[in-house]
Amino acid sequence: MSHYRAAPPATLRIVPLDALTLIYHRASGITHIVDAPVPEILEALGDEILGVDALLARLSEQFDLPDADPMALAIRLDELVVAGLVERT
Amino acid sequence: MRHVTRLRIGPIGFRIGSDWRGPIAALDDLYRDYPKPDVPDFNVHLFAARPWRRVFRPSVHIGGDFVIPDAAPLPLSMGLLAAEMGMNLQMALGQRRYLLLHASAVERDGKALLMTGVSGAGKSTLAALLMARGWRLMGDEFALVDPASGLIHGFPRLISLKNEALPVVEAALPDARFGEIMEGTPKGTLRHLVPNARAIAAMAEPAVPALILFPSFGFAAEEREVMPSEAFIRLTQASTNYVTLAERGFDALTRLVQGVPARAIDYPNTDTAIAQVERLWRELA
Repeated sequence: MSHYRAAPPATLRIVPLDALTLIYHRASGITHIVDAPVPEILEALGDEILGVDALLARLSEQFDLPDADPMALAIRLDELVVAGLVERT
Repeated sequence: MRHVTRLRIGPIGFRIGSDWRGPIAALDDLYRDYPKPDVPDFNVHLFAARPWRRVFRPSVHIGGDFVIPDAAPLPLSMGLLAAEMGMNLQMALGQRRYLLLHASAVERDGKALLMTGVSGAGKSTLAALLMARGWRLMGDEFALVDPASGLIHGFPRLISLKNEALPVVEAALPDARFGEIMEGTPKGTLRHLVPNARAIAAMAEPAVPALILFPSFGFAAEEREVMPSEAFIRLTQASTNYVTLAERGFDALTRLVQGVPARAIDYPNTDTAIAQVERLWRELA
């Protein structure tokens, strides 16, 4: 099963605005404008390497997730891998 | 080039060369009170594609340090417009020092009001009318954000007035200097307005951004708060060099939208718009 870690903090500039959060990805020069749960996922990963189930458990501790679905989280994570904001290990 | 002039607009110096005398004479006339740069930042060339096209059905191609391929030439009667488009093009494609916003800007008490929107939203018209009411015009086309300081630098080129804006501004500024009326341009009827003496004298003075407005012409009067995230998205779309500036652009723009209130205003006529702008400025700036 895949494990994930956030891109090194030095490669990201994260600026929360109002409903949305800006993430400048230094490696690509691309600005990502993201909504929940992307900032929450990056924060929950911290500097650790986690599998989907462990990450979902951590997110469930912090947030009230009525529809905690590992498959949906895995899809989100794969999108973030494509964007370069998360690495698959 | 046979004919050459130089001029400085805000912090930017231009050297404009032309195969024809006409566009340079028009520039020298309308920009006669502008300073001349020692070293230009950008070159603009107005040239004939073939030597005989200098005299036979003359058509003006726009060149310079930065060019877009396949740009359509203009007839010689629109040579001044070609020169202005050439200068705008150098800024849009070549500006690296400042974050370029496609916005008009006016200043009062050292603070800048930025207005941005699609073509026809009224950026130039509102800037010209506010100039008539005593605001200092900083520019009708580009506002320059200094990533180092966050300050707005002006770019008070000739104000480009189009179509229905012409009689409105001519009535508000009966003593102002205007260029020739150009009919049938790609944007309809067009006439240039020379910024007033104060705008030219103070053009090197930056201002602190204090209010961002997104005007829309042709609707019932309405106002809406624009959240920082929406302002950020709209301003990246209004910037030609946000991507080029990379992290400096990101820093400059996040700082701007986090520190400056933004409103969208709809307006049915310019009197209404001016009243909305003056009131929002009192409340927010």
